[in-house]
Amino acid sequence: MLTDIPPSLLLFAGALITMLLRGRARNIFLVALPIYTFWHISQLSFGEGPKLDFLPTFDALEPLRVDKLSKAFGYIFTLNAAVAFLFAFYVKKAFQHVWALVYIGAALGVIFAGDLITLYIYWELMAISSAFVIIARNTLRAKQAAFRYVMVHIFGGLLLLAGIVMTVSSSGSIAFDSFDYADANLGTWLILAGFLVNAAAPLFSAWLSDAYPEASVTGGLILSAYTTKTAVYTLLRGFPGWEPLMVIGCVMAVIGIMYALLENDMRRILAYSIINQVGFMVCAAGIGTKMAIAGAVAHAFCHIIYKSLLWMSAGAVLYRTGKSRCTDLGGLYKTMPWTLLFGGIGALAISAVPLTSGFTSKTIIIAATEYKQLFWVWLVLELASAGVFLHAGIKFPYFVFFNQDKGLRPKEAPKTMLWAMGILSFLCIWLGIQPQMLYDILPYAVDYKAYTASHLVTQMQLLMFSALVFFLFLPMLKRTATISLDVDWFYRKGGVAFYRIMDKSLNGINTKVNDVIAVRSTAWVGRFFRTAPAEILGGLLVPYWMGIGLKTDEITARKEKLVLRAKRGAFPVGITACLAVVMLAIIYLVALG
Amino acid sequence: MAEQKKESDWFDRPSSRRLLWRLLWGACALSVVAELFVHRHPHFGIDGIFGFYALLGFIGCTAMILLAKGLGKWVKRGEDYYNDHIEDDVIPEDIDDGHAD
Repeated sequence: MLTDIPPSLLLFAGALITMLLRGRARNIFLVALPIYTFWHISQLSFGEGPKLDFLPTFDALEPLRVDKLSKAFGYIFTLNAAVAFLFAFYVKKAFQHVWALVYIGAALGVIFAGDLITLYIYWELMAISSAFVIIARNTLRAKQAAFRYVMVHIFGGLLLLAGIVMTVSSSGSIAFDSFDYADANLGTWLILAGFLVNAAAPLFSAWLSDAYPEASVTGGLILSAYTTKTAVYTLLRGFPGWEPLMVIGCVMAVIGIMYALLENDMRRILAYSIINQVGFMVCAAGIGTKMAIAGAVAHAFCHIIYKSLLWMSAGAVLYRTGKSRCTDLGGLYKTMPWTLLFGGIGALAISAVPLTSGFTSKTIIIAATEYKQLFWVWLVLELASAGVFLHAGIKFPYFVFFNQDKGLRPKEAPKTMLWAMGILSFLCIWLGIQPQMLYDILPYAVDYKAYTASHLVTQMQLLMFSALVFFLFLPMLKRTATISLDVDWFYRKGGVAFYRIMDKSLNGINTKVNDVIAVRSTAWVGRFFRTAPAEILGGLLVPYWMGIGLKTDEITARKEKLVLRAKRGAFPVGITACLAVVMLAIIYLVALG
Repeated sequence: MAEQKKESDWFDRPSSRRLLWRLLWGACALSVVAELFVHRHPHFGIDGIFGFYALLGFIGCTAMILLAKGLGKWVKRGEDYYNDHIEDDVIPEDIDDGHAD
């Protein structure tokens, strides 16, 4: 049956076909494949697909579990992929696309995995394939960033694996369903930690802002959508109502803003803004009510669209100018008006301006905090909403397209890029005006009206006064050619320090050991075997020599003579035999000991 | 690239900037005045205060900018901090070289 095929396999097969195709045919295939996969997902019937036998004592693997939650993520993942590949029409080489398809396929694999083993395999495949997407930019910086990226994800994968092993061995089941907060144990905490690494939670967040902006124009665009949102899916599925997630989400929402405000690189601003946005979703998982979960899915759906749109506009600028620092950019509105228009729509949508998709999705999460009377969570999320407008809504377009004219006169973005941005812009506005279609695919029915007079007024107050603050404080927000230290400092500087310490200590030990074992002790052993028997024999003969009345200096002379003869091997046969007996006795004693 | 289109410099003109400033202040004022005409249903009490969201936006954003500024003193470094501010010999092929379109 065609509907029994997991969607991930379609993309893996597509990755193989992509290697065989050339030129325009490849580009068209790359756009058509995700569209077909989208249709395929829409045809999947709810429930569990065919099972695969695993190890004898375990349950069967379940690579295709379909419900509303997995379908909603499946739709947006494939939709986004189709538009991203349209944007990427300019890319000439297949390498990046092949790995991108494997990466997106692995993300779909996680989404539709019904058991922890399948999930883990796809999880690791995602980490590896995404590292290749980063490497595909083929710069030294990209390669170094990809190395750090994959190290962090291997660490996260190990946490996940350890958690899965503990959980499976204690519960006996490999099923991936929601874990009970009341029964939290080390195993479930480790699984949660593994998921949180990919969600870019505090302490584990630096991989995102470190690596994504080093990827290529298309690479960054594709990466921005999948790893963190797959993690959000696993949190919504596995850890709804786990209260610590509320705190983690709130911290992410605020930290993302702080760093985005300090940042100079436009794509790094967008990377930090992912952390801020995912914070809302992680927080919603922690709230755990049906409304919060539905709101998080709606937000993830709209977020992928407007965040891709923002990455595209930044990507188009990078493609045309080769620059991505705010300090090098400015005044591009003159020659890239369409890119500005579409990027602007993305910026308005991420800021949840009425008539855009952010307003009809993110506000569901905030409403969920109101219904559950979570005052502090509500306050932080409202503040974070205002902050989004500051850093992504205004700062990004302002410093790139307006601000000071730096004399750059790039051409407008290529047509395929503009089409891709146009489609996503349309979706941002359409979902902002007609959200019902989105609400219908959410895992739970939401009884939420975004467009009330009260909502409109309060949201406009929040946004307009945030904008006012931005322009009043503009002198303080002037960009400087700097970077900001993040958690990656610990392994970037710490890694170098670790290397030095290991170099000094281990190589020091090595030299010492070489000196003692190889240089000195072999010499000692050689000397021992040459002279020891004679020395010992001499020692044994001393009482005899004393007994026959020899003087001390005579005894010393005889002993020296004996040792000298032993060294030269010049002995009468009798003495040689005697020495051999002594030597055998030594070896025998050693062997006995 | 033979003829350059006449490019707009509307946003660079001081007169436009003044206009935009007025529009911004106007939009702020309008959003507050509009609150007089809507029925609010606050959830926590404090959010029922007139103009609460305007205050939240203003104070919140000011606080965040100042906090970020403070954080910047602590974490900002030169671009060469990690010794990887290398301009590669490899030209990333996704940078338009002027011929592709």
